[in-house]
Amino acid sequence: MRTKTMLGLTTALTLAVSAFAAGADTIKIAFIDPLSGPFAGTGTNGLHQYEFAAEELVNKKGGVLDGDMFEIVAFDNKISPKESLIQLQVAIDQGIRYIAQGNSSGVANALTEAINKHNRRNPDDRVLFLNYSAVDPALTNDKCNFWHFRFDANADIKMDALTDSIVSNDEIEKVYIIGQDYSFGKAVASAAVRYLGEKAPEIEIVGNELHPIGKVKDFTPYSRKIVASGADAVITGNWGADMVGLGKSVLENGFTGPIYTYYAAADGITAAFGDAGVGSLRLVAEGQLNPPPNDRASEYIQAFKAKYPDGNLSQARITNVIEMLAKAINEAGTADDVVPVAYALAGMEHESLWGGNLMMRESDHQLIQNVHIMEHTSDVVHDHDNSGFGVKVVKTVEMAAADSPTTCEMRRP
Amino acid sequence: MDLILVNLIDGLVTGLLLFMLSAGLTLIFSMMGVLNFAHASFYMLGAYFAFQISLYLGFWMGLLIAPLVVGVLGAGVERYGLRRVHQYGHVPELIFTFGLALLIEELVQFIWGKNQMPYATPEILQFTAFSIAGNSIPAYKIFMIFISIAIFIGLLYVLTRTRVGMIIQAALTYPKTVEALGHNVPLIFMGVFGVGTALAGVAGVIAGPVLGTFPGMAFVLGSIVFVTIVIGGLGSLWGALVASLLIGWITTFSKAYNLRMEDLLTWLGFTKPEPIWDSAWRDLWSITSPQIADILPYILMVLILIFRPYGLFGKRDA
Amino acid sequence: MTDQLTTDPTKPAQRIGAGSLTVPLIPWVLAAALLMVLPFIFTANSAITIMNQMAITIIFALAYNMLLGQGGMLSFGHAVYAGVGGFACVHIMNMDDFFAQIPLPLLPIFGGLMGMGLATIVGAFSTRKAGTVFAMISLGVGELIAACSVIIVAFFGGEEGISGDRTYGMPFFGVEFLQQIEVYYLIAAWLLISAALMYLYSRTPLGRMANAVRDNPERAEFLGYSARWVRFFSFVASGFFAGVAGALFAINYEILTEENLNTTQSGLILLATFLGGVGFFFGPILGAIVFTLVQTVLSLQTELWAFYLGIVFVVTVMFFPGGLAGLLMMHVPAMRLGKLGRLGVPYLKTLGSGAIGCLGAAGLIEMTFHLRHASAGDHSMTLFWITFDSHTILPWIVAIAVTFVGLGIARRTAPALAEAWNEANTPDGAPR
Repeated sequence: MRTKTMLGLTTALTLAVSAFAAGADTIKIAFIDPLSGPFAGTGTNGLHQYEFAAEELVNKKGGVLDGDMFEIVAFDNKISPKESLIQLQVAIDQGIRYIAQGNSSGVANALTEAINKHNRRNPDDRVLFLNYSAVDPALTNDKCNFWHFRFDANADIKMDALTDSIVSNDEIEKVYIIGQDYSFGKAVASAAVRYLGEKAPEIEIVGNELHPIGKVKDFTPYSRKIVASGADAVITGNWGADMVGLGKSVLENGFTGPIYTYYAAADGITAAFGDAGVGSLRLVAEGQLNPPPNDRASEYIQAFKAKYPDGNLSQARITNVIEMLAKAINEAGTADDVVPVAYALAGMEHESLWGGNLMMRESDHQLIQNVHIMEHTSDVVHDHDNSGFGVKVVKTVEMAAADSPTTCEMRRP
Repeated sequence: MDLILVNLIDGLVTGLLLFMLSAGLTLIFSMMGVLNFAHASFYMLGAYFAFQISLYLGFWMGLLIAPLVVGVLGAGVERYGLRRVHQYGHVPELIFTFGLALLIEELVQFIWGKNQMPYATPEILQFTAFSIAGNSIPAYKIFMIFISIAIFIGLLYVLTRTRVGMIIQAALTYPKTVEALGHNVPLIFMGVFGVGTALAGVAGVIAGPVLGTFPGMAFVLGSIVFVTIVIGGLGSLWGALVASLLIGWITTFSKAYNLRMEDLLTWLGFTKPEPIWDSAWRDLWSITSPQIADILPYILMVLILIFRPYGLFGKRDA
Repeated sequence: MTDQLTTDPTKPAQRIGAGSLTVPLIPWVLAAALLMVLPFIFTANSAITIMNQMAITIIFALAYNMLLGQGGMLSFGHAVYAGVGGFACVHIMNMDDFFAQIPLPLLPIFGGLMGMGLATIVGAFSTRKAGTVFAMISLGVGELIAACSVIIVAFFGGEEGISGDRTYGMPFFGVEFLQQIEVYYLIAAWLLISAALMYLYSRTPLGRMANAVRDNPERAEFLGYSARWVRFFSFVASGFFAGVAGALFAINYEILTEENLNTTQSGLILLATFLGGVGFFFGPILGAIVFTLVQTVLSLQTELWAFYLGIVFVVTVMFFPGGLAGLLMMHVPAMRLGKLGRLGVPYLKTLGSGAIGCLGAAGLIEMTFHLRHASAGDHSMTLFWITFDSHTILPWIVAIAVTFVGLGIARRTAPALAEAWNEANTPDGAPR
């Protein structure tokens, strides 16, 4: 029995490790995100955007350095911190130096700490963490480290832009804040309270509550409360099924005011809202799809849709990740030693494919960029979920929060 | 006061939906002694089948056909799966249904993908039936209430007034005797399993448009159905009804009103530790009722199992 | 009644130590040697990480089987005992002064005690009844504690969990556990210790009584044993080893999250244990190994790994309720008769072709999946190291042919296998 087990073990382990010992002229980026389970849709779509960006923006232009090509290697973390750490180890063993991850701040927290420890304990094969989507402010504040770069605007920056929009709308006197009961939901709620208090103390917060994440079957009781409170606007950081459930329930219940969200677009959400969301759903995000910022962006979107008809360009920032990484590697003159690459990335300025400038802030490795308020509408050139609906920019905050404070005390090698 | 009425209606809808699931499950349990972990998966299949059918034939044909398909599937599972596992004992049976639940979820993802399906309520029911103090009650909810009540009455009638129902009730308690009288007990088992899963299918068809049709919908509802029938008493139809409504109203009301643990503790005579953010008990003091609304049924179940293991209406031990 | 149970184990334990323990000593020595050598065969860090994960799952599965296999108690919330033990250990790691005084290898004891403490509290009311009542209470308590993990942030750290650094402990003979390989040996040592202890436990009168209570609680009661207390002690012991597994998890990953507590985790350990086989002590070990490989290695190869796992699991429950261990042990009688060799050729014929047929079927599933979900224009897919166009007819014909021929041959040769099986299990000269 034991020999049998051994044999199986040998084949399986060698399989896992040897399958990737391919060519030498590729720079591999490990994509560690959920590719199975309830969030696989988001993860797979993100993977496609990475593959497309690497192909279109780097490889077709001759690669980096002396023609080295980017290759995206996918790892399924099942949105579990434990699995992410295993896959991180597998990726490092394959000689991968760049780790991209975005879904769930919980996973990002686990990864950034593991990478920090790994780089300290193994100076010979250090890696960089390209966080393209996890927006927990702590990642670039208390928990920041030299190896972590965030390409999305964090929850505080987005809330800053979002509250600007609320304050400029005279019709909003009462606001209801609702979110999922975990670190991100709490960060959104406290940022909303803080910014509203600073900018417009006369706006009344009529409700501020958290609901269990992913467990609520029916949002009706919550939406009853929201309507009964007489709120003019709702702020929520909900995503996934919780976003659809809450939004639909609130709208069905007769709420007509704006619903300010972080993640109410793409991945089936746009299609699920359809006509019901028009006039109500607002979204704060970076990356402008509608109206198309320039011809290059339009061509890029069309090419992407031609290749992935069911896909969505839901995370525009992925092109920024790829372009800035390529630029940094060229500047550093090496892809194997990540320290010069990290130094090149920190402080880098770049012009985004989606219009506007980007600046990777040196003090905390937070990308400073334009943040937009968008609305859910059918008046779009590029829709989401092939539903005829999409998001259109209605307001832009340029280089949002460029001088915002940070508590990051970064130790540099 | 108005809000109480609105919440009563909302809780009723939730409770009756839960009842349609738990009715089938409790029948299956009392007959075969099997807790069917895959029951909520049949609910999910009902929603997905109905969605697929509604694309071609409209919502109403979906409501008619999908439960039948689910029922036939369920009967097939009993005939070719459970009956085989039955010989090994109860624990493997339970584990079998557990595995089946996992498999069905994977299968649904394989066929329909991982995103939510745009399954919508029929247009004829997309209007506001009436509104109470600014809170609108959609017509679809009224429709759900009527369907569930009709099913309950129908079920009660069949079980207590018809010959088939008599045989089923007899087979519940004395399967050997019923078999000796010449009835085909395995066939009855298969039939009950089929009807039970078909009921779950109906629940899926009518809940899919409002609660969302996505691969996680079975998991979200899965264990709460068990909790319902355990609280109500295994094998009791009335128990299932009472427990479903109880859970529906408890969760709805605790979400609708922000009762705070702080008030309760103060009322009990505890003093709030200062400063609160430094105290080890800070999370206990900050709990509000919406936060714990969805785990209240579990607390209720554990308490009931400790003090009254046969549930509210049950006649025998679980 | 309880007096008997608490005093009795001392005497017979000595008897067992002298007698029945000498025989099964060889597998243990072999296992220890194997654990020593493995890192020299698989040197990659990722392989070591996977082996660490495997070892942790083995301990957890063995602890779980103390309930399911030996005690007949089906728990749907056992992850909480491992999880709480792990959380406690991370908290100890974060207590700088205290942690600096204890060497890391002793940490699992604290985790175990924590798991045991929780199991004592819960077991006090949940073990009064076996069967459905126990299963449902375990489910309820599991859900409660998992839900608490996001509410009670001070202990569980909310959704992002809590993390620590294992290297701040007192150096253990100069080892600071910076490298994975050092952690591997720590975990391997604990694996041996816990497995041996759990094995010995199953040999004590208490362990034997757990079997009796599982099979016939009424008769056990008539013999003068309290079924409830027997279940309670099994539960507490199982809680201890689950806590050890949780502590090792904390050491290996240095982070614990809600995921360690939730019902999914509890379900997975049930799956792993049952897949390996609950009837034999080594069953959960097999199950944990196979399960970890599927989860970490197969998932790199295909997105559909959970689908295959589900199929394998359902098939196991339906046709091989003894699990992998049961399958292996079926061959013991034939081996005793010295006729195991005669099964070789029929096995190769039936199982070999059956396996090829299954691979063909898996290929069909993969191709269907690719056809439905791959990007437009992306027609090429790679399967079993062959790259082809999934939109042409030829690969489909090949896959269908392989499936049907493979399964067909398996079906045709099955009677011959059954014949050989009977033959191999019949002593020579015995009347047929």
